[in-house]
Amino acid sequence: MTWNLVADVQQMLSYHFMLNALRAGTIVAVVAGAIGYVMVLRGQSFAGHTLATIGFPGAAGATWLGIGVAVGYFGFCIAGALVIALLPGARRPGSGLGGSGEESAGIGTVQALALASGFLFVSLYKGFLSGLNNLLFGTITGVSDAQVLILLVAGVGCLVVLVALGRPLLFATIDPDVARARGIPVRLLDVAFLVLLGIVTAGCSQVTGSLLVFALLVAPAAAAARLSARPAAAVVLSVGLALLVTWAGETIAFFSPYPIGFWVTTLAFAVYLLAIAHRARLERPGRQTS
Amino acid sequence: MIRPPSGKVAAAPVLRAVTAAPDVVSLRRAGSAVGGRTLWSEVNLHVRAGEFVAVLGPNGAGKSTLIKTLLGLVPVSSGEVTVLGSRPGRRNAAIGYLPQRRAFDAGVRIRGTDIVRLGWDGDRWGVPLPRPLSGRRARATRQRVDEVIELVGAGAYAGRPIGQCSGGEQQRLLIAQALVRRPELLLLDEPLDSLDVTTQASVSALIQSVCRSEEVAVLMVAHDVNPILRYLDHVIYLARSGVVMGPPEDVITADTLTMLYGTPIDVLRDREGRLVVVGRPDHPSEPSRSVP
Repeated sequence: MTWNLVADVQQMLSYHFMLNALRAGTIVAVVAGAIGYVMVLRGQSFAGHTLATIGFPGAAGATWLGIGVAVGYFGFCIAGALVIALLPGARRPGSGLGGSGEESAGIGTVQALALASGFLFVSLYKGFLSGLNNLLFGTITGVSDAQVLILLVAGVGCLVVLVALGRPLLFATIDPDVARARGIPVRLLDVAFLVLLGIVTAGCSQVTGSLLVFALLVAPAAAAARLSARPAAAVVLSVGLALLVTWAGETIAFFSPYPIGFWVTTLAFAVYLLAIAHRARLERPGRQTS
Repeated sequence: MIRPPSGKVAAAPVLRAVTAAPDVVSLRRAGSAVGGRTLWSEVNLHVRAGEFVAVLGPNGAGKSTLIKTLLGLVPVSSGEVTVLGSRPGRRNAAIGYLPQRRAFDAGVRIRGTDIVRLGWDGDRWGVPLPRPLSGRRARATRQRVDEVIELVGAGAYAGRPIGQCSGGEQQRLLIAQALVRRPELLLLDEPLDSLDVTTQASVSALIQSVCRSEEVAVLMVAHDVNPILRYLDHVIYLARSGVVMGPPEDVITADTLTMLYGTPIDVLRDREGRLVVVGRPDHPSEPSRSVP
């Protein structure tokens, strides 16, 4: 590291693994920023967190069986999304306005089961211990060309579906009762959104690891919601913050001996704190809120 | 207009002008059962265009179920229901609906304008184009949203996150959402609930003025009839033993309520014309002394 920014970045980009990490990070940040905003609005952070932990047994099981890790992540996360969607009372429509739907203890049970079976798969696959950390906390060197391609396809697919669901999804999130009366298939949107969330967490997990998915899924979105009350602007902000956090985190991780997950998470947390501080300053007594 | 199932108070049929507006809502011998329990049966009632009608009755009498039946969300167990000339649920796009609810969570950071806008095109797939790329239709949309926000007098706070608006402000914005598509029928389920007395009065006056100026029929479930009493054309009283519809002065009487509840009930009127119902209604959730 020379402190010559241009030279440093050139050096970083001359490594193929680093290029792939940045590509994967960019894809994941854009999708997680957008889907994360809707997740925060719907109050489904706990479901999102559970889906992320479900990715861990998926990846561990796939490694144990000798099939691609990506297959395990996506397979388990999508299946997990369907399970959560079918849990009774997972999100009881009409229980509140503004996406404050209740999440049942059932989701927590699913989460515990996921972590336990992940650990089982790890112990079944002997000599896997160094990989365990990577599955849980992410690695900067682990992204292959094939994985980038899968992430790209999954990411573009998610974004297209999210944009297509657009307004009805927002309506069903904010006001499920009125949305249903207007003929919007609220229940179907619930399931569709959980599947989207499953796909995004599966993608995210491959960069940040299962436990740190939240850095990209929640922090930028929660920060963006505090900065703007306009849905469109908040989504753009959320994506921008997620990109910033990912690029900066990956760059710092490249030049430091510490893991990528730590840097991305720390930066995301900093962004979140700054947003809260900014909002608190705006809402001081005597100031017009926006 | 009074068509009580028992026939006891059929003495005062309302003879409206023959040229009266067409029925917006009509129920013929309709009945509703939820979970095997009959809520109401043999109900005959008609609401015409531009009428302001209150739905009263004890808790559990099926007031909200009546609203949901009109929206096609709950099927009738018997009889026939017509809403805006079609089966319930067919013409919901022409109905503004305000469900019974609590307030928005304080953390909901979506502007009031966006909430109103959802009423306009929230059921259309996809997302609107960004402002610089949007055309005349988007401008018309924004114009209509602004117009209806002005109509309900919410201009001062429509740009604020809805979670930070007061209960009355939220209710006005939600009424704007229900009105934005120029509905022919407004179904309001306890819109005055959890509002303070002053706000109840101003929201009631708003609903009344909208009912008149936009010529929209209003069917409003109310716990307390007094804030809206002087605006009402009709009252529907739902009770266990039957349903009565008619002008408020005919329905909220000691005789009618005694018949409906099957126990002696008195209706008192104070100096300002407010009604107080006194008695021992047979429904356990109804307090011994209450306002209809």
